[in-house]
Amino acid sequence: MTARAQAPGVPRLASVLRAREAGTAALVLVVFALATLRDHSFADVNSVQQLLVGASLVALLGVGETLVIVTRNIDLSVGSVLGLCAFVVGDLFRHQHIPVWSGFVIAIALGAAIGAINGLITTVARVPSLVVTLAMLYIVRGVDAKLVNGHIVLPSQVPSAFAAVGYRTVFGIPWLAIIVAVVVAAVGYSMRTFRPCRELYAIGSNPEAATLAGIASGRRVFMAFLTSGALAGLGGALFLALFAQVDNSAGLGYELNVIAAVVVGGVAIFGGSGTVVGAALGALLLNTIQQALVAVRSSSYWSEAIAGALLLAAIAFDRWLSLRVARGLRSAEGAHRDLATAGRGSAS
Amino acid sequence: MSSDVAPPEAGTGGGVPPAVPPAAEGSGKVVAAGSAVSRPPLWRLAIRWETGLVVALAAALVFGSLESATFTSRITLFYAGINIGYIAIMALPMTLIVVTGEIDLSVASMLGLSGAVLGDLWHHGWSIWPAVLVALAVGAVGGSLNGLLVTKLGLPSIAVTIGTLTLFRGVAEILLGSQTIPTASDRPFPSWLTNIGVVPVSGTELSYTTVIFIGLAVVCGVALHATPLGRAMFAAGLQSEAARFAGIRVARIKFWLYVFSGVICALAGILLAAQNSSVSYNAGFGLELNVVAIVLLGGVSIFGGRGSILGVVLSVAIIGSLQMALTQMNIDPNVQEIVIGGLLLISVVIPSLSRAARWLGARLSLGRSGHTPWAPD
Repeated sequence: MTARAQAPGVPRLASVLRAREAGTAALVLVVFALATLRDHSFADVNSVQQLLVGASLVALLGVGETLVIVTRNIDLSVGSVLGLCAFVVGDLFRHQHIPVWSGFVIAIALGAAIGAINGLITTVARVPSLVVTLAMLYIVRGVDAKLVNGHIVLPSQVPSAFAAVGYRTVFGIPWLAIIVAVVVAAVGYSMRTFRPCRELYAIGSNPEAATLAGIASGRRVFMAFLTSGALAGLGGALFLALFAQVDNSAGLGYELNVIAAVVVGGVAIFGGSGTVVGAALGALLLNTIQQALVAVRSSSYWSEAIAGALLLAAIAFDRWLSLRVARGLRSAEGAHRDLATAGRGSAS
Repeated sequence: MSSDVAPPEAGTGGGVPPAVPPAAEGSGKVVAAGSAVSRPPLWRLAIRWETGLVVALAAALVFGSLESATFTSRITLFYAGINIGYIAIMALPMTLIVVTGEIDLSVASMLGLSGAVLGDLWHHGWSIWPAVLVALAVGAVGGSLNGLLVTKLGLPSIAVTIGTLTLFRGVAEILLGSQTIPTASDRPFPSWLTNIGVVPVSGTELSYTTVIFIGLAVVCGVALHATPLGRAMFAAGLQSEAARFAGIRVARIKFWLYVFSGVICALAGILLAAQNSSVSYNAGFGLELNVVAIVLLGGVSIFGGRGSILGVVLSVAIIGSLQMALTQMNIDPNVQEIVIGGLLLISVVIPSLSRAARWLGARLSLGRSGHTPWAPD
């Protein structure tokens, strides 16, 4: 699927993509409304804050993952990177007493460095990113385990100003959600507006054609991995702020949750299509469903099965949508050609 | 990721394979689809890869016997089988699926689900054989769900199997909740079954899982390398579309491979349940990526069309022996993951280095003698 082709039928395509996001958002509202009908406390300020906070880490990682998946690559290392960055920053806090702001900087820098390694190996050695980032998942997780070595970061060791980021709110909105929303908005705007970011879609739609069109594919893909790593690093810092306690299982298994959220949000797994806003909404939807099930049944045993069924439905729906759009584009093209022939006919 | 299941730019309507052949992959890497067909050294490349694995295995064995006094004792083999056998069993169908250019990430969840089904039926008073059969049947049903979604609806297998990964684990969670079966009030599993976790196959030092793995490996190896079916799998992985036009029933093969994978993973789940003499819904959580890592380290191309069962068997042996050695050296299992990741990384970077060296060599010889590098001397 071409994301933003300058051909007739574009308005339709763009509106379809917007409708996909609106659909995810509507589904969030429907689930929210249903849960509230069954249990009125679901709409309480506390409960809504829980919803936002619970979704924010996966949404943040989903933003980076979207950039990577859009280029027809994948980043499986995000969960491990989150865990490592969370521990490293926590460890620096307790032993080096570094200033609070530098915690974020260090986490982002460390994440970006790992992302850069992923990107370099993928683009320079031309190795499938699934293999590279799978290897990185294990390596980073192993390094994390070696560093932690039983010395878990405890809440008392995290500066209270840092931990405040995890629980403080502005007008009732958690800081965590605000930070993630700002990132989503900034990256989302860039992906619509700036050329280097839009080129990611071109690369994912057709890598060959993108290279022939003069797009520096390697550099763009590298930047996508770097960004994904940096955001996973930021996620690590936020994880530390949120839970204030980090052992070597932090972020374990996040990678598949993140990919699931991204796919539910309408990002095509083979690249070229999807938005970060959609990915963030996907994360919010999965978390809302989970919390709603807890609220309604007072048991979360069903949530995973329902999330899986939803994921399959989302993939099937996207397939149907892309077939429809392709058909629409073809018929628009056909109409255009007919017009052109007719024009020539009348001129002669 | 395979690209032959990529959403087609110009799909022909009815969920048929894409009309555009998979020319470019991943990060612009052009897979040797065309060149592999036109030049024979495909098998030579594979042989070379397995040679590397044999060297790595020898190194791992030497390392193990030097660093750990107990490594060479006979019981090591048994415990290696207990530790990695049930994972290795799942790697075999995974190999076949990856060779056809697809992937199955739901394997570990299917392992968990089959154990959960077994446990739930046992909890409700079933005897063991019917419960085992139902668990295997659940594997077949789950596998056919994967297969239908991938072949009939043409959905990307990586996304589908992440979905069923969540779904199967979720169903296991619904069945068992947080309880471990057998609970205190239940009968324990029959001891002849749970004995496979403590007693080797009589007359050998091999665990039951190892013996089953070897038997399955022979079956899969023969099927993949010595039958028309196996050649069809390679063809499907290299060029799905061309294979279809050549009369190969690509969709049917892929469908039955998913069913096969489901059944084998269900079997692995039963074996793990017997080994642990208990089941809980989260058994084998996260193992899918270990299985993928084993397959990739075995030299199977993630884009399909290349790989061998021998490579995967060697890869199992390498990881199994390193794991035993490192465990006997008292290294934290979590830290051991560095080794798996490092091996995987080296395994993908080395071919790319050798490719660069060959390219450089070709350039040099071209510059000096004016020979085309592929012309016979």
